[in-house]
Amino acid sequence: MKRLLPVLLLTASPLVAEEIWVTNEKDDTVSVIDLSTMEVTRTIPTGERPRGITFSHDYSRVYICASDSDTVQVMDPVTGEILHDLPSGEDPEQFVLHPNDRHLYIANEDDAITTVVDTESRTVIAQIDVGIEPEGMAVSPDGKIAITTSETTNMAHWIDTETRELFANTLVDARPRHAEFVKGGTELWVSAEIGGTITVFNTATQTEKGKIHFEVKGVHPDRVQPVGFELTGDEKTAFVALGPSNHLAVVNADTYEVEDYILVGRRVWHMAFNTDKSLLFTTNGISGDVTVVDVAKRKPIKTIKVGRFPWGAALRPTSN
Amino acid sequence: MNGALIALRAILIREALRFIRQKGRFVAALVRPLVWLVVFAAGFRAALGLSITPPYQTYITYEIYIVPGLCGMILLFNGMQSSLSLVYDREMGSMRLLLTSPLPRWWLLFCRLISSTAISILQVYTFLGVAWIYGIDMPWQGYLMVLPALALCGVMLGAVGLALSSIIKQLENFAGVMNFVIFPMFFLSSALYPLWKMAESSALLHDICAFNPFTHAVELIRFALYGQMNWIALLWVLASGAVWLALALWGYDPARGMIRRKG
Repeated sequence: MKRLLPVLLLTASPLVAEEIWVTNEKDDTVSVIDLSTMEVTRTIPTGERPRGITFSHDYSRVYICASDSDTVQVMDPVTGEILHDLPSGEDPEQFVLHPNDRHLYIANEDDAITTVVDTESRTVIAQIDVGIEPEGMAVSPDGKIAITTSETTNMAHWIDTETRELFANTLVDARPRHAEFVKGGTELWVSAEIGGTITVFNTATQTEKGKIHFEVKGVHPDRVQPVGFELTGDEKTAFVALGPSNHLAVVNADTYEVEDYILVGRRVWHMAFNTDKSLLFTTNGISGDVTVVDVAKRKPIKTIKVGRFPWGAALRPTSN
Repeated sequence: MNGALIALRAILIREALRFIRQKGRFVAALVRPLVWLVVFAAGFRAALGLSITPPYQTYITYEIYIVPGLCGMILLFNGMQSSLSLVYDREMGSMRLLLTSPLPRWWLLFCRLISSTAISILQVYTFLGVAWIYGIDMPWQGYLMVLPALALCGVMLGAVGLALSSIIKQLENFAGVMNFVIFPMFFLSSALYPLWKMAESSALLHDICAFNPFTHAVELIRFALYGQMNWIALLWVLASGAVWLALALWGYDPARGMIRRKG
């Protein structure tokens, strides 16, 4: 039995190697964390002020919003080489890849527009006027609706992806910065940084369904600023980054009640899960690190130093 | 069973009986760290969320930081409490009776140390249990690894108490021990604040804390609770334990120690 143990352990270990890619806003780099060692194994230079990051569906390309370079860079994740730039419009901050794996919806913060880019032909196929300082971007799982949130107008703008026109605008609390479709696209969640809330919309009617409030013990309410959030695989629990409160909130996605708070690094922005969603990686802007959270136990287990002002995070399975 | 073990058993039973009969002592020993944990630490909840130092691998709340220090507090106060009871025993005459035993004096004193340490360990585990219910848990292996660390630190701090008891004339003088030994030892250590925080305010304070054996006892417990070994802290605890033990034996030696001088 003793001799069999190493073999059993080998077969029990995950076959999928994984990496978390983190954009470092101030260093103009991406830090790559190998999840088998929980260490940064590569630091790759990018354009200026990289923020949003996402992979193509087959993980052969990584898209990076280089905000101050006014472009979306397309990188080969194996070599780290920039393949080409996409015409993104000015100051791209966040984007979302359409389920067709081809169209990128990009928020252009300075121009109050949402740019739709065809990643294959590398052309702008539409520019849609939205509110002032657009930031949060989401697309429904069926690909029919895209959302842009505008930080100053305090609205979620609903875009019909076929006509590429707005069909609804809904008010949210002050400075909405992140949006996600959840529960199969039946709900839209929008976080409001200054308002300190997440507004839940019924997608079918575009009406408000609920609101999530946060209160961290010992932290002034002004510092509780929800930004990025992610839902667990069963979509029953949401983890919400609360900015300068240095905490994540654990929210019951059915009752919209906060169940727990988890201490992470300073000014937590966004996050990404590993493949089986057992671990969550948060980008902590001011402390310049990434905190790893055990999702089942709801406990931070490690914090990994990355570059200065880490912002976005994305998962990349590397082999199988 | 040989004589030495009979003596150990007798002293252990005596200490256990005294402990069981003095329920107030057990509650007091538990309430003290719990007040620190629940009341004091709550006010500083996010105070240490800015730096990561070993054995921690991520940001922690002050409540988590303070737990090893409070384990040390239980050992420290119990060590001193034990010295108090030694003074009492001496005043009542039972100490004289114990020391007239044909067994070596060092063995009798060591038995006293072991028995008081065993009681302290019991209290520390009770405290860790309450802390766990309160929501502060350690890795499971930490609860096992901390046992030898608690035993070593308990003996070391008990030896401090033993040495002190040899120079304290009367029970009334124990207040001085409180003011001049326990409080400085506790506050000038890493029990409440990490050393890097001390260094920020004063380099001298930092150096005093780094020299304090109680700091190393707390760090040994802290690392053990997270399944790690702090070799420097271990060496400090062993060395200072040996020094205090030697002083205690010297103090209780009727031919040379303080007892002789006191007459």
